[in-house]
Amino acid sequence: MFQLAEKQQPKELRAVYQETLMELMEENENIIVCDADLVNASGTGKLFRKYPKRCINMGISEANMIGASCGMSLTGKIPFVHTFAPFATRRVFDQLYLSGCYQQANIRIYGSDPGFWALHNGGTHTSVEDLALTRAVPQLTVIAPADAAQFKWVIKNTIDRYGMYYFRCARKAVPDIYSEGSQFEIGKGNIICEGTDIAIFAIGEMIAEAIKARKILEEYGISSTIVDMFTVKPLDEELVREVSRGKRVIVAAENHSKIGGLGSAIAEVLAESPIEAPFISIAIQDHFGEVGTQDYLQRKFGLNADAIVSKVLEKLNI
Amino acid sequence: MDDLKRLSAKIRLEVCRMLKKRGFGHLGGALSIVETLSVLYGDVMKINPQNPAWEDRDWFVLSKGHAGPALYATLAIRGYFPMEMLDTLNDNGTRLPSHPDRMKTPGVDVTTGSLGQGISLAVGIAKSFQLSEKSNRVYTILGDGECNEGQVWEALQFAAHHKLSNLVIFIDENHKQLDGPTQEIMELFDLKNKLEAFGFAVKRIKGNDEAEIKKTIHQMFEVKNQACCIILDTIKAQGISYFENLQDNHHIRFSGESELQLNAAIEMLERKLKGGGRLGCFS
Repeated sequence: MFQLAEKQQPKELRAVYQETLMELMEENENIIVCDADLVNASGTGKLFRKYPKRCINMGISEANMIGASCGMSLTGKIPFVHTFAPFATRRVFDQLYLSGCYQQANIRIYGSDPGFWALHNGGTHTSVEDLALTRAVPQLTVIAPADAAQFKWVIKNTIDRYGMYYFRCARKAVPDIYSEGSQFEIGKGNIICEGTDIAIFAIGEMIAEAIKARKILEEYGISSTIVDMFTVKPLDEELVREVSRGKRVIVAAENHSKIGGLGSAIAEVLAESPIEAPFISIAIQDHFGEVGTQDYLQRKFGLNADAIVSKVLEKLNI
Repeated sequence: MDDLKRLSAKIRLEVCRMLKKRGFGHLGGALSIVETLSVLYGDVMKINPQNPAWEDRDWFVLSKGHAGPALYATLAIRGYFPMEMLDTLNDNGTRLPSHPDRMKTPGVDVTTGSLGQGISLAVGIAKSFQLSEKSNRVYTILGDGECNEGQVWEALQFAAHHKLSNLVIFIDENHKQLDGPTQEIMELFDLKNKLEAFGFAVKRIKGNDEAEIKKTIHQMFEVKNQACCIILDTIKAQGISYFENLQDNHHIRFSGESELQLNAAIEMLERKLKGGGRLGCFS
């Protein structure tokens, strides 16, 4: 079971990645760490110094990194591969698809800084479509860790599961949602808080925005359920139906394009159910990214608590 | 006829039979690697057809995956699966799809087909054995047309940088790709020079000479701490003169003259092997 964080001690997610792997590599000699000339960006330098053989800098060659890692996995290695989200997905989509999933390989991919997290790297480095791409690949498990505690759990608890995994999250610290030591289940959503009027399904940093929005909506007499759908695929469809039943509005919130991401996944479930509540997608509208600060980009793309509140109020004619 | 020449003839015959049954297929690129497959599976590779997943085996990656039928013929002759299964090439629900699929076919180590990807898988496998200090060797065959793919050069850099001398890379230089001569579609220039510039130990040999292929592989075993590559000078549709001379011989749909020529090739190979029945396990 999970417990919600009682106080905020946010930790950089790249530090979580490095520290968790440091722990795991000690006990599991099959773990290999690969990066495509972003070791300094992913903060895995300590791993490279401690395990120089098992850490491989592939250079700026992402296609070969995915392919070679998949090859290593066929002989029993468990590669953890990092690069920025756009280069971990759209740049290597065929490699991910064929050398990885179709081949039934066994690697973990950390696509960092999806959506607005590209910040001053700007539009060229912004991935608004990584979930759309990865969701479309059979047998790929797609996970958007909500915070440090969950990212750590995900890294540790997917080691013994054979298959292809894509983790998408920031390198920076995000607000703590869960307390350290919380337990989760791959493929199951987590009800963060319960309410009767609306349901907000969120991932990643949008969970914290949903929690802020919930407080504001309470002032209007609207009570909200918030669900962390950290496993975007396979989606916890049963929970989507269960939580949505009887709600006046259903919201999906994600740092991703509205096309093909969490919102689409939830809409697909709802479209096949008798549930008829209005649906709101809090997501990047069919736009490219651009440079900017986190606050600017969240406002620009409508990815904050204010955007959730105003769209819900509008839908409820309040 | 020595054993390897006989095995080559068997493989070539079974490829022709498979494609005749189907009525179409990638004849050209399948036939140009026959002698290399014969040497690998008939002599050089450490394999156990009764236990395809044998931990100490050598691995083979057919990076030019469209030559799948040549690999299937080889695997069947070596006893990985019954010869009759060759008749199911590309049938609905088959275990022998056009391009090799490790989840479907006994003996296929790696799934390939999207050009450029097999070589990356091969370097990863070789790197893994190098890390574990295991003696398994890895063999892969690239097409020359496949070398158009940027990923090939990423993987070659990786092999050279990591000094993967446990990997033998073959480039089947049959001088043609789907749309025509490589020289016209995308000039490869001198592959030997290019590979040497990448830091490889390189040999360029006749790709239809089993003895030379075998000798060169053994020479490559002597190379330490350096990636190695054997460039095979071959002819697309090697071994059947009509198809060697046919302009578009990448993928052939057999009808009219080409069907007659395929039948004639089958008869010729059967005579050569002195027997028309399904050829049993090579040993």
